[in-house]
Amino acid sequence: MELVAVYPEPPPTDLARTLDLAGYRWKAVGSADDAARHEPPTGWSGAVVACDQDPEGAWAFCRSLRKRDTPVSPLLVLVGGGQLSDLELRDDLFDDFCLTPFHPVEVEARLRHLFFRGGPETRPELVEYGGLSLNLETYQASIEGRPLDLTYMEYELLKFLAQNPGKVFTREMLLSRVWGYEYYGGARTVDVHIRRLRAKLGEEHANHIQTVRSVGYRFGQSRWGT
Amino acid sequence: MLDQQRDYVLRTVEERGVRLIRLWFTDVLGNLKSFAISPAELENALEDGMTFDGSSIDGFSRIQESDVLAIPDPNTFEVLPWGDSRSDTKATEARVFCDIHNLDGTPFDGDPRQVLRRNLQAAREQGFTFYVAPDIEFFYFAPPERGQAPVPLDEGGFFDLTTTDVAGTLRKQTIRTLETMSIPVEYSFHEDAPSQHEIDLRHTDALTMADSIMTFRLVVKEVAASQGVHATFMPKPLEGVQGSGMHVHLSLFAGDDNAFYSADDDYNLSPVAKSFTAGLLRHAAEITAITNQTVNSYKRLVPGFEAPVHVSWARNNRSGLIRVPIPKRGNASATRIEYRSPDPACNPYLAFSVLLAAGLRGISEGYELPPEADANLFEMSDADLSKLGIEQLPQSLSDSLKVMERSTLVQEALGEHIFEWFLRNKRSEWRAYKTHVSAFERERYLRAL
Repeated sequence: MELVAVYPEPPPTDLARTLDLAGYRWKAVGSADDAARHEPPTGWSGAVVACDQDPEGAWAFCRSLRKRDTPVSPLLVLVGGGQLSDLELRDDLFDDFCLTPFHPVEVEARLRHLFFRGGPETRPELVEYGGLSLNLETYQASIEGRPLDLTYMEYELLKFLAQNPGKVFTREMLLSRVWGYEYYGGARTVDVHIRRLRAKLGEEHANHIQTVRSVGYRFGQSRWGT
Repeated sequence: MLDQQRDYVLRTVEERGVRLIRLWFTDVLGNLKSFAISPAELENALEDGMTFDGSSIDGFSRIQESDVLAIPDPNTFEVLPWGDSRSDTKATEARVFCDIHNLDGTPFDGDPRQVLRRNLQAAREQGFTFYVAPDIEFFYFAPPERGQAPVPLDEGGFFDLTTTDVAGTLRKQTIRTLETMSIPVEYSFHEDAPSQHEIDLRHTDALTMADSIMTFRLVVKEVAASQGVHATFMPKPLEGVQGSGMHVHLSLFAGDDNAFYSADDDYNLSPVAKSFTAGLLRHAAEITAITNQTVNSYKRLVPGFEAPVHVSWARNNRSGLIRVPIPKRGNASATRIEYRSPDPACNPYLAFSVLLAAGLRGISEGYELPPEADANLFEMSDADLSKLGIEQLPQSLSDSLKVMERSTLVQEALGEHIFEWFLRNKRSEWRAYKTHVSAFERERYLRAL
């Protein structure tokens, strides 16, 4: 079996012991750069990320493994009971999770199952909503069949919103889910990009993106029909 | 660069049938420069950059090594909206802004975009992001004949249609094009002077805004040219009416909070805002050569035409250099100051760099903000003004160069390379101007003397 990446560096001792006992070959890495530097020629065969020490760093690390040509998979995250809400809307960043403090047998069972299944299920390729269509395979957006030219971050933001229609997001949530925590500009960046997207969607479609007063933004109609 | 971001660009080129990718960058004087590559070269360009000979670019020349590297900033990749509308060929084009590097990968000192990046990094180290919103004025004229006075659309009888319709249509088309290029417009209107228009851009971070202004100037000119009209950002094209300025609204954010706002202050200005403003006031003369870089710029900065002449600030006084607009109640994030002297012919990267450096100097040195000057300064005598300690902005390019060359602040903000080159280039512009004998002089002296 090839190498499994383990975060952080050094990893929690009980995790290291569990992986050793289960017979995994692994290497601890402390950052995305580290992971790139130590990556075996055939790529990481998977990753285990402990989120309880430094959650922001850990999620940024997961993001770095997933946002690349060949996303690292399977990816198991270890989270504390108080961090379960962090999992929400990060489904693309991990394949399974395990609560800490963990039972070694559980981690072993979950890893075995993940490796057996062989990676995450494929995601739908098309997102469509009210005349707007996003092809996730080709990165192309169109509106009423006409191409919509977007910058990379505009595309990522629209994709995220359109994949979660009817749901209200705060600026902070959008910033952390679309840009990642490592982005410096602050939630103001979100407003700037929303304004740019609305301008590009044009008058007819600009109202797909609704401002929810003193909360944030919502794509499409509210699920409660208001 | 994220692999996914690179993929996004490459895939878009393929899917949209882009035939040509224009690599954009800016010379020291603020002219947009471009060279085009084919899609086949793009992947390599994104990875390693494209080498070119910098010696033909204003302000890029160096004594030995003249090759530099243009590395595209994939965030700025954008399909150009005028590409496929051109009838037969359907050759879609895209553009991407570049950072210029030396061959060893270090930032190239002669690249204004790198200079702004360096200054923004200094702000970031103090916990600030710098936001800018410009109000840009310009004129529409009939295509100019060499040596002839410009003919405004409103009066020239150049068009058979009612001219306001032509200008209005142009402006609408311009705004639509800007918005498809990620440049949202806040307001637009016909200005006081004949054929003069103003478009106000919505605030964004300073680097994006400098890129946007470069795009803006091209879009305004392109759209006008498509209708046989000449658009100009010359600061004072017509005598006797107001010139074209580029007021810039400035604010610093610390994370999500506007660092200029304070609920406790009478003016709702934080100590950061006050010392930033004080820094701009104290260093205003030193940075004027950068914000107003042509001989013609100083013909705009005269009393009576809504352009600032005096170095002062006030909340609601449009005769001073800095105005502090009063934001709508409860809108703390809109707190900002408006710096009124720059004109749209400046290099936005360098102008934002020196404005930021002056403001940050005020913060780091804890400058005191002088009292507000709320009287109409144009109506005060020089004696009264000097009693208040209110000075004038430099009166000519020559004056402002003299102040700039003694400024360590500007030297540090621009870096040695651009600082030296700019002074050399502009001194020679001034010398050329000095040898010119104008119509004014012949009119006044030829018969009398």
